[in-house]
Amino acid sequence: MAERVTVTINGVRVEVPAHVTVLAALIMHGIVTFRKSVRGEMRGPLCGIGVCFECRVTINGQHHSRSCQVLCQEGMDVRTE
Amino acid sequence: MRKEVLTSDILVIGAGPAGLAAGYSAARSGRSVLLVDENPTPGGQIWRGEWRHPRSRRAAFWFKKIYEGRIPVLNGVRIIAEPEEGVLLGEGVDTLYELRFDKLILATGARERFLPFPGWTLPNVVGAGGLQAMVKMGLPIRGKRVVVAGTGPLLLAVAAYLRAQGACVLLVAEQTPLSRLLWLGWGLWRYPSKSVQALLLRGQLLGVPYRTNCWPIAAEGEGKLERVTLRCGSRTWVVRCDYLACGFHLVPNVELARLLGCELLHGFVRVNALQETSRPNVFCAGEPTGIGGVELALLEGQIAGYAAAGDLKRARSLFAARNRWRLFAERLHRAFTLRPELKDLPDAQTIICRCEDITLERLERFCSWREAKLQTRCGMGPCQGRICGPIVEFLFGWHVDSVRPPIFPARVVSLIPMEGEDSTYVHELGRRYAGDHHEF
Repeated sequence: MAERVTVTINGVRVEVPAHVTVLAALIMHGIVTFRKSVRGEMRGPLCGIGVCFECRVTINGQHHSRSCQVLCQEGMDVRTE
Repeated sequence: MRKEVLTSDILVIGAGPAGLAAGYSAARSGRSVLLVDENPTPGGQIWRGEWRHPRSRRAAFWFKKIYEGRIPVLNGVRIIAEPEEGVLLGEGVDTLYELRFDKLILATGARERFLPFPGWTLPNVVGAGGLQAMVKMGLPIRGKRVVVAGTGPLLLAVAAYLRAQGACVLLVAEQTPLSRLLWLGWGLWRYPSKSVQALLLRGQLLGVPYRTNCWPIAAEGEGKLERVTLRCGSRTWVVRCDYLACGFHLVPNVELARLLGCELLHGFVRVNALQETSRPNVFCAGEPTGIGGVELALLEGQIAGYAAAGDLKRARSLFAARNRWRLFAERLHRAFTLRPELKDLPDAQTIICRCEDITLERLERFCSWREAKLQTRCGMGPCQGRICGPIVEFLFGWHVDSVRPPIFPARVVSLIPMEGEDSTYVHELGRRYAGDHHEF
């Protein structure tokens, strides 16, 4: 059995495999839109490599964290807009 | 925010193939080396997520060199500024790094080029390499219907990878005409490894239609992508899918080189035979000097590493091989040139700058990037024009050149002076920051 960690996504505790990004964890748990654009459009990830900033979420209270570049860690708190 | 000072003879920015090869070569010549990379693990985009379990012999070979040579790699750290000569400032999760060096090697890689069309901002419309990167880092793709589109050799590799991971790849749409691909294929006899790779990829994609002269013209769906409209010649049709993985070849990451004042030529960092830039003691290797793929990146990385370490004999021994792969890069570039019809894809309401939601209609009345920035904030959001810059270059022929520190959105605490320090540069940064960047 692969290693797993528990993270909190929008207040809900979920288990995800270790070594996956926050982006992958969010999509595994049914989240499609990660943020609202300045005009209120719903947006999801685009580039997957930390350039476009479309996948930014709040991780452990740190706003504008790029979920594609952060690996899930035990006890992490993740919030989307 | 903690602060740490790290000193090395040779600092390498980027731990993809070029950076790893540069770091190894410099260390082999007896220099102290530090590799800094902003991704969670070394490997760059091509070997993303493979540090623990390499998927190719080549990745395993270079990872082993770094690992066995005990060459330090600092991951999760992005460079934001050059406060003074011989020092770069890197921001990590909770630490600010002052990176001091004698010589610097830039191996900052490339990113995908995106082109706008109606619906391209919908969730689940992603990059081609983008989707591959996400799947490598854990995104579940089994059973998902994917259309792969755009241009470049990456499309086949992405489609084959996604299929191997259980995705249902419906179609690969390549904008370039078949005649150009045949021309490229004809030239491959001089590069046997590439011919074999192309054949293997095609073999892995048996049953998946590969259409040339074909590109997406619209993406639609309620809240997320549900269907894509494609065009091939005069025919258009709709395909229902879960993901559209769409990228139009690559553009080099030259922001740091620009910040350091390195000269560019046609959008690429200009280097001499030893991979040294116009700025003495600053070298550059891999995609920023020309999009050429992993073979060229590894050769340029080694040359830069040896040259920076003063081992010119070893550096020179690789010139011939590098020149051969440079010819291949030139061929690639010509085979996947963007067709002018792609400029007509966005309509008046299509968003060009995704950070600031600036539509085509709002940009059309300006004649330069600078003017558009000043009037609309186009390119002034968090990505700093990394996505919309190449778009307006293609659509309007604008020259996108301005780079200011911090070159990535940085936290305010990274930019304020540390207690008891003489940090005039930080004040200078803070001043610019206040006017030009989002607050992070």
